[in-house]
Amino acid sequence: MTKRSLRGRVAIVGIGETTYYRHSQSPDAEFKLALKAVLAASKDAGIDPREIDGFASYSNDRTDPSRLSAALGTRELRSTTMQWGGGGGGSCGAIANGAAAITSGLADCVVAYRALAQGEFGRFGKAPTAPTIAGDMAYQAPYGVLSPGQKFAMKARRFMHEHGVKQEALRAIAMASYHHAQRNPRAVMYGKPLTEARYDDSRWIVEPFHLFDCCMENDGAAAVIMVPAERAKDFPNRPVYVLGAATGSDHRVGANAHNQPNYASSSFSTVAPHMFGMAGMGPKDVGVVQSYENFTGGVLMALAEHGFFKPEEANEFLQLENLLAPGGKMPLNTSGGNLAECYMHGFELVLEAVRQVRGTSTAQAPRNDVALVIGGPMVTPVSNLLLGSEATL
Amino acid sequence: MSQGNDASTTSPAYLPAGLPIPVPEADGLSAPFWNGLRENRVMVQHCAACGTFQHGPEWLCHRCHAFDPPFDEVAPRARIYSWERAWHPVHACLDGHGPYVVVVVELLDAPGVRMLGNLLGDPMTEVPIGAEVEGVFEHHADAKPPFTLLQWRLIDAARRRSPTR
Repeated sequence: MTKRSLRGRVAIVGIGETTYYRHSQSPDAEFKLALKAVLAASKDAGIDPREIDGFASYSNDRTDPSRLSAALGTRELRSTTMQWGGGGGGSCGAIANGAAAITSGLADCVVAYRALAQGEFGRFGKAPTAPTIAGDMAYQAPYGVLSPGQKFAMKARRFMHEHGVKQEALRAIAMASYHHAQRNPRAVMYGKPLTEARYDDSRWIVEPFHLFDCCMENDGAAAVIMVPAERAKDFPNRPVYVLGAATGSDHRVGANAHNQPNYASSSFSTVAPHMFGMAGMGPKDVGVVQSYENFTGGVLMALAEHGFFKPEEANEFLQLENLLAPGGKMPLNTSGGNLAECYMHGFELVLEAVRQVRGTSTAQAPRNDVALVIGGPMVTPVSNLLLGSEATL
Repeated sequence: MSQGNDASTTSPAYLPAGLPIPVPEADGLSAPFWNGLRENRVMVQHCAACGTFQHGPEWLCHRCHAFDPPFDEVAPRARIYSWERAWHPVHACLDGHGPYVVVVVELLDAPGVRMLGNLLGDPMTEVPIGAEVEGVFEHHADAKPPFTLLQWRLIDAARRRSPTR
């Protein structure tokens, strides 16, 4: 039996996004944003969008694939996949599911996408206003644990306590995103640099997270077009191949009321080895990393769980100079990411990894044959994705 | 083991009124837990078949798959496992309130079980991970529907079961 794998089977040939807006500032409806992103990705790939026959998304995206295919006038609709779970945990899973549809013959041309217009539909960072609450949030909301930051701060705090991680490590993660955003005209925080003093002086949102440890909330849409690897060279851009992907979480991460056995975790303890195993690679092969910053503490734990450093080496590794392109040993979030480019629910990180492998990033890493994306740390399921150039196949 | 309903085991509300009121799911899964708190009792699922403790409640024991694990009362004694100090108000009722502390604690008598609550007292006090705490019942008898929260406070050195770790 051949090894079941996505390695080298699927190529990303088109990427596209809308203008990225501050939250609630989009002049367009959410569905229109999605259409614009799909058309932009099609144009980038040089394909007729009517060729798209598969759709993949995550986090209960409201943009329904049947409506999308009708609006676009696609010739037919085949694969439609939604990655379960909230947050950005499925940002790489959508690519994996789309790639799996192509590999298994369920579709020939899949677009993975995410669209958000929070002015139209409500914000993530505000608590729901229902008078009663049941289920997992019943154990949290009455104690003032209402928002994602409040749900995750205690995981980061425990990790920092166990391994002696200092606040400066979180600051370096935040500053890397802001630093790279200054070179990226798409970034919402373009022209708004972050200094150590500005970070240190910023208000606490929920300790250990300052304002700048927390992602933005934004409006926009982004899309990625995938085809079978055999067709990769029929398109104008340098093809970018899926080398590995994984989704899920460790034993009982979904236990309610903060009862997951492995608490001080980004949920990648099992997911990272699955992805590297599929790719036949390890962290040393990775030249550039896009790691979803819902909160910097999630990046800290996710990078450790992907093997870039041992937890007790975090303070040493997470120094700003190590994280910057082009000179750092592990350039991180080279578009500005969720903190400073756009909180496109992590999908902007997938596009940036594609740009890195193509060699077209505004903060290009010199080692760009293998690019890692980490999606939605601390939720369940999470997902990750390893992309590579033709040379890595 | 049930505590008396006196001032030493109950407390006034730590946070302003208006946050969501906890209720059992429509299928009643967690009703024994929430009903227990109203009677100053901490009720945790404790599998009759294999002895595993489990929280939040589920319809079967995750270890041996026996259905409907019974709820047993456990002592409201725990150790601080992690904490946060929340500053930014994300709910209208918290506007202008100022910081508050949330702790995740591990129960001393129910291995592997954690609960959340607020740490009573000055919200700017240093929060010692590993310190022993005791549960305090915060009754909201006049709320609609009425409910009780389980809060936590640090225990004097003389009353600790074991040294802070």
